[in-house]
Amino acid sequence: MAEGLLLSLYIFVLAIFVGFEVITKVPQMLHTPLMSGSNAISGITIVGAVVVAGRVESSLSTGLAVVAVAFATINVVGGFLVTDRMLQMFKRRGEDAK
Amino acid sequence: MNDVARSGALAFAPLIIEIAYLVAAVLFIIGLKRLSSPATARSGNVMGATGMLVAVLATLLHWDIVSWWWIVAGIAIGGTIGVVMARTVKMTGMPQMVALLNGFGGGASALVAGDEYIRFAAGSIDAPMNVQATIMLSVLIGALTFSGSLVAFGKLQELITGRAVTYPGQKVVNGLIFGGTFLLAAYLVAADANMPLYLTLSVAALVIGVLFVMPIGGADMPVVISLLNSFSGIAASMTGFVLGNNVLIIAGALVGASGIILTKIMCDAMNRSLTNVLFGAFGSNVTAIGDTAGADGRSVRDITAEDASILLAYARSVVFVPGYGMAVSQAQHQVRELADLLQSRGVEVKYAIHPVAGRMPGHMNVLLAEANVSYDQLIEMEQINPEFDRTDVAVVIGANDVVNPAARHDTASPIYGMPILDVDRAKTAIVMKRSMNPGFAGIENELFFADNTRMLFGDAKKSLTALVQHVKAGV
Repeated sequence: MAEGLLLSLYIFVLAIFVGFEVITKVPQMLHTPLMSGSNAISGITIVGAVVVAGRVESSLSTGLAVVAVAFATINVVGGFLVTDRMLQMFKRRGEDAK
Repeated sequence: MNDVARSGALAFAPLIIEIAYLVAAVLFIIGLKRLSSPATARSGNVMGATGMLVAVLATLLHWDIVSWWWIVAGIAIGGTIGVVMARTVKMTGMPQMVALLNGFGGGASALVAGDEYIRFAAGSIDAPMNVQATIMLSVLIGALTFSGSLVAFGKLQELITGRAVTYPGQKVVNGLIFGGTFLLAAYLVAADANMPLYLTLSVAALVIGVLFVMPIGGADMPVVISLLNSFSGIAASMTGFVLGNNVLIIAGALVGASGIILTKIMCDAMNRSLTNVLFGAFGSNVTAIGDTAGADGRSVRDITAEDASILLAYARSVVFVPGYGMAVSQAQHQVRELADLLQSRGVEVKYAIHPVAGRMPGHMNVLLAEANVSYDQLIEMEQINPEFDRTDVAVVIGANDVVNPAARHDTASPIYGMPILDVDRAKTAIVMKRSMNPGFAGIENELFFADNTRMLFGDAKKSLTALVQHVKAGV
């Protein structure tokens, strides 16, 4: 058990370093899409919500899980779509407008 | 699914799911990496979305899932809301949108962890202490992200006051609530399952979220949103610890790191520590000052749109400096129109973007991109500042504290040390402003009283429209 936790900690800490490396290179100009896009990625919790919602254990548990799936889906779908909407606006002179 | 098929799928499901999660994690990382340039950013976002789709589809194979109905229901509801929100939100409303999305992510993480606790309390699973500890962390961070984001949304949408809300003894009260909640969480980890106490903890976390954001004023929102962004990631990571799910841990950690970096950049851009932003209650009071006279009797010089248009039309170089005021009056399209007109006359036009201009990181860039401003004209503070010496006219549109020269030399000023755009070094600065009310920080702005500054009073959109007309007609 402690081994499992330790392994998870390793993954967590290493992923944070990867995150720092990758995200430090994002220019200030793209900080808003970075926030909304990374935010959509944090909607990954949908994966946990889906398992819980499919389990059908008690009505309380399922009820909470459906709300969790809905919340996470808003996060994921809304986040990726709105990020795409923003990013398609970033154009350099000469590039096609729209 | 019949029994044979099910047992067949079961044998391979764990492996397929784990591999799919690995693919998803890789797609997230490459997707974020591609966000480092506007040219590749859009495809990066698509990669992130693909990773998410892969992860969700693989999860449907999970052996615990016996019915897909509730899953489909949840996805249908959330998906519809998500699509409508993403399609209808105005670019000026983006800070609110991001705040809401943060909240939903945090809320979902808290609910999933909560569900594990319900199972633990019902005796259907065994939860050793380390799992219980991560459940508590997940609920605490997730729930406070949820309620804190809703408050931030309310402030940005102006449903509640954007000013810092404070009362005497606030820090003591908050401190007691924080401390009490922490002790409660620690007790719950050590004790047997206790549903009522667990619910108390959840409610306390929600209250903390509200108390945490209420004392923070509107102009500090870039920091708050970045921090909540980070929290929503960390909450997802904690839920990953609870479920022993690596893709949650990785994705959550990436977002957590991203939010922390943005938070740091925002704090540095204001030369304030995170503690000061969170607990300093900046902008809770505004000192009222006279109409056009400064506190020590200095006066400002105003300018008509017609005169301003002549200055602009015959300038060699013009730098636009947008601030939150441009977002409020939704004047980005008029700015672009004026800029185009000037460019067609051979004027060199640039935009100077302060990192904390607006209500979230990168706010101004998105608005100007919406107005079809070429992104190579959007210049960051470090690059543009040396150019102000050679600039004929700097046009400040609804920015205030980020162009206050007092930050450079007045050690008594609350914003002393904050990096600013050196607008005062331009030959002439035209400041568009609705009135002489001080900016968010409640500080008088020296720039307005400088000899080379001209004030163009009125709504930014109307002033810009007038400028466009005069430039067209006058020459």
